[in-house]
Amino acid sequence: MSDTIALDVARYRPGQDTEPSVQRYDVPLRKDWVVLDGLNYIKDELDGTLTYRWSCRMGICGSCGMTVNGEPRLTCATFLADYTPGPVRIEPLENFPVLRDLVVEIDDFLRKLQTLKPWIVRDTEKLVSEGEYLQTPQELDEYRQYSMCINCMLCYSACPVYGLDPEFVGPAAIALAQRYNLDSRDEGAQDRLDVLIHPDGLWGCTFVGECTRVCPKHVDPAGAIQRYKLTAAMESVKAFLLPRGAR
Amino acid sequence: MTTENPRSAGVRPRPYQPQMSVWWWLSKRSYLVFVLRELSSVFVAWTVVFLLLLVRAVARGDGAYQDFLAWAANPVVILVNVVAFAFVILHTVTWFALTPQAVPARLRGQRVPPSLIVASQYVAWAALSAFVVWLVVGD
Repeated sequence: MSDTIALDVARYRPGQDTEPSVQRYDVPLRKDWVVLDGLNYIKDELDGTLTYRWSCRMGICGSCGMTVNGEPRLTCATFLADYTPGPVRIEPLENFPVLRDLVVEIDDFLRKLQTLKPWIVRDTEKLVSEGEYLQTPQELDEYRQYSMCINCMLCYSACPVYGLDPEFVGPAAIALAQRYNLDSRDEGAQDRLDVLIHPDGLWGCTFVGECTRVCPKHVDPAGAIQRYKLTAAMESVKAFLLPRGAR
Repeated sequence: MTTENPRSAGVRPRPYQPQMSVWWWLSKRSYLVFVLRELSSVFVAWTVVFLLLLVRAVARGDGAYQDFLAWAANPVVILVNVVAFAFVILHTVTWFALTPQAVPARLRGQRVPPSLIVASQYVAWAALSAFVVWLVVGD
């Protein structure tokens, strides 16, 4: 095993560059080093101007998502040793505007997520003195998988529908809507339905399935969306057939 | 929610807007399979039209049926049907594989294993095909 590996890193300096270019750096190749360690080495030892996001380096914060050799990956969970002999191509997440180097603008995702009320909605809140909202392990199992989402946006980067139609709500936001819809304590499903059945909502999804394949937390957003399509279709039939009060 | 810092309003440099290539579906095998699966619906529609034409010919009597058979034996129609058959198979296999993801069936509170859902579809397919073969070839 060679003791260094070449990283081809995408650079974009706003105000100076018209489009990204590639810069090569040689970093030490250690068997316990992930791509993020390589980037940190560049930042600390070779070139302090390189810009990228990271925080926890343990697959929880969801901020170090980048495109590694064409695949959306969490760079903290992607080992350099798996890419020998190199070079390793590191680019920003696809389908997002690039602010600088490897940093993308995520405002669009945050705005869409907000519209789906990703929190527990209650018609009337219980008083604290009345105690907790209890839940059985079976009820927890219903949504647990979707609650693993860390908002890393790898699924948006992998989704060609989002790439082609930026208005599409997108995989993680729909999976997170399902996370609350399927929670026995939640009463906000009707509020979320209006956003989800909008033409840019879940019907934009054509079940490419890439979101599920790239998800580092095994959330299965594609599955969540298809399941919700059935729910939404049933709701539409009900809305058509039943008088308003009976729904 | 992120809002623009008023101090940087107007001076914030423009981000780079990447454009998706028209050939994006050739960049990954999974994208290509997806596009072929989408395309397969055209051939599924063609298969339905072909079947309806056959039914119409049968309903119109022996002359019309013989004409239909002669038309169906045309090399161009045979070629189209061979391609359509390949796409219908692709359509069936890919959608069967995706079903467990879309329909997480439960039986007595337990999740039905995905492999069982896929297998049951193939069993149903085989049974239906056997019935059709019996209908056509049998008495």
